[in-house]
Amino acid sequence: MSSVINVRGLEKSYGSNKAVAGIDLSIEAGEIFALLGPNGAGKTTTVEILEGFRSRDLGEISVLGVDPAVKGEAARVWRNRIGIVLQSTNDAGDLSVFETVSHFSKYYSNPRNVEEVIEAVGLSDKSAELIRTLSGGQRRRLDVALGIIGSPELLFLDEPTTGFDPKARRAFWALIEDLQKSGTTILLTTHYLDEAEALADRVAVINHGKIIEVSTPALLGGRATSLATVSWKGDGGLQTERTDNPTALIRKLSEIYKEEIPELTVKRASLEDIYLEMIGGADGQE
Amino acid sequence: MAKNKVPSALAIGIARGGLEIRQFMRQRESVVFTLAFPIMLLAIFGSVFTNELTDGVTFSQYFVAGMIASGLVNTGFQQLAIMIPVERDFGTLKRLRGTPMPASSYFIGKVIVVFVTMAIQVILLLIAGVLFFGVNLPTDPAKWFTFTWLILLGSAASTSLGIAFSVIPKSGRSASAVVSPVVIILQFFSGVFFVFTDLPGWMQQVAAIFPLKWMTQGMRSVFLPDSFAAREVAASWETERTFLIILAWLIAGLIISIRSFKWEQDR
Repeated sequence: MSSVINVRGLEKSYGSNKAVAGIDLSIEAGEIFALLGPNGAGKTTTVEILEGFRSRDLGEISVLGVDPAVKGEAARVWRNRIGIVLQSTNDAGDLSVFETVSHFSKYYSNPRNVEEVIEAVGLSDKSAELIRTLSGGQRRRLDVALGIIGSPELLFLDEPTTGFDPKARRAFWALIEDLQKSGTTILLTTHYLDEAEALADRVAVINHGKIIEVSTPALLGGRATSLATVSWKGDGGLQTERTDNPTALIRKLSEIYKEEIPELTVKRASLEDIYLEMIGGADGQE
Repeated sequence: MAKNKVPSALAIGIARGGLEIRQFMRQRESVVFTLAFPIMLLAIFGSVFTNELTDGVTFSQYFVAGMIASGLVNTGFQQLAIMIPVERDFGTLKRLRGTPMPASSYFIGKVIVVFVTMAIQVILLLIAGVLFFGVNLPTDPAKWFTFTWLILLGSAASTSLGIAFSVIPKSGRSASAVVSPVVIILQFFSGVFFVFTDLPGWMQQVAAIFPLKWMTQGMRSVFLPDSFAAREVAASWETERTFLIILAWLIAGLIISIRSFKWEQDR
């Protein structure tokens, strides 16, 4: 079984701006893959090319064995196998949750059971309510319901939990994990690094149109091997040492300094630290 | 997983039509505006202009023909050219594009909602006209035949032009402000609110380019006695020319729709 998504040498420019500058990517069946990157890094362009919403300038792409630029009836057969949850949709306020999900189920050859899907996203008690009465988080869950109603083999999730309260996010993560257990491959884009860490099997960091690194959340940016940064004021000014065994280093230092080690700090890198370092700190902020 | 076939474009289109009608009926303002407004206009004009244009032809009779033709433009062109940019802004279209629903199903859904709202509007208008404003319905089957093809062809042209025009408004919010003046000016120029032959010559000539003038004239050929044809610009109903001009607009609308339809607003 080959990769669900295979990208080789993808490029896309808008005028003189090279939004995607040569991306290679492989996403395997059944994994949750997170794409991280600051706004304007080429993340959205890449995903929208994979979703078949945008054309590309260069590169080979296969998504479920099909080129996303496919047209006509073949495009419908391809779209029948994928689910897309877009960033913000704000439509059809005059229909109920059930009516909307039930209607979208008519687009697919093998739709999931409408009630089951509504139950899975936690909207059972809102099923008969009009969409315009839903909260932001509830609307988002409806978006997910519409993305999974066709039993997709591959699901694109774009910033799925923006605007969620912490409890709703946890519930949402559990839903995504259930989807993975049922065999769905998921491509997630998110700004929340804790979300990537909680859900993703692998993450890719993208910046300036290129992928900087692909790794597991635990290993990204050498996070596992240089877990702690110990710094103190030595003879020649601030001394810094990266170590996976900070206790041993501090023991050694306390023998040298006898009493207080001057300006001692021990810092462990969070995924966010690693990420910000990779994309160049404040440069990558929104 | 069982390998069923993806549902046909027609089946999805019919499902969309049902959904769109349901949505339409739940938007109380648009229901009132689309269905009751023409009757209110008929009431106003019917009360103000009580004179007869010629023996046996009241202004209400003349006006009903124009309002039915206008109804084709309101429910098709105006409704779609406003609704589609709103759906584009809301991301509705982008979401649909990400599903196996083909564009043709979306258009079929629009054709259905236009046809149903148009039919309700025309029926209500005729009922109100007959009951309250002394409007006479034709008895000649040939006139009902003309009525039927005018409704079908006019509605189809109006729908295709509405989809074509939907690329022009830059946002959903501005759509109504862009589209409504076009419709209102066309109504004035095309002899909906005034007797067409009373309008200045240049206005008549501008109107003759656009389909609404031909729809109103066609509807007059249905609702006014044939003797009235002598008072038209060409001293005849010009039925063939009416058919060809509306057909040409339908084809133009289809070509533009297929070539230029946008799922997303350009950034």
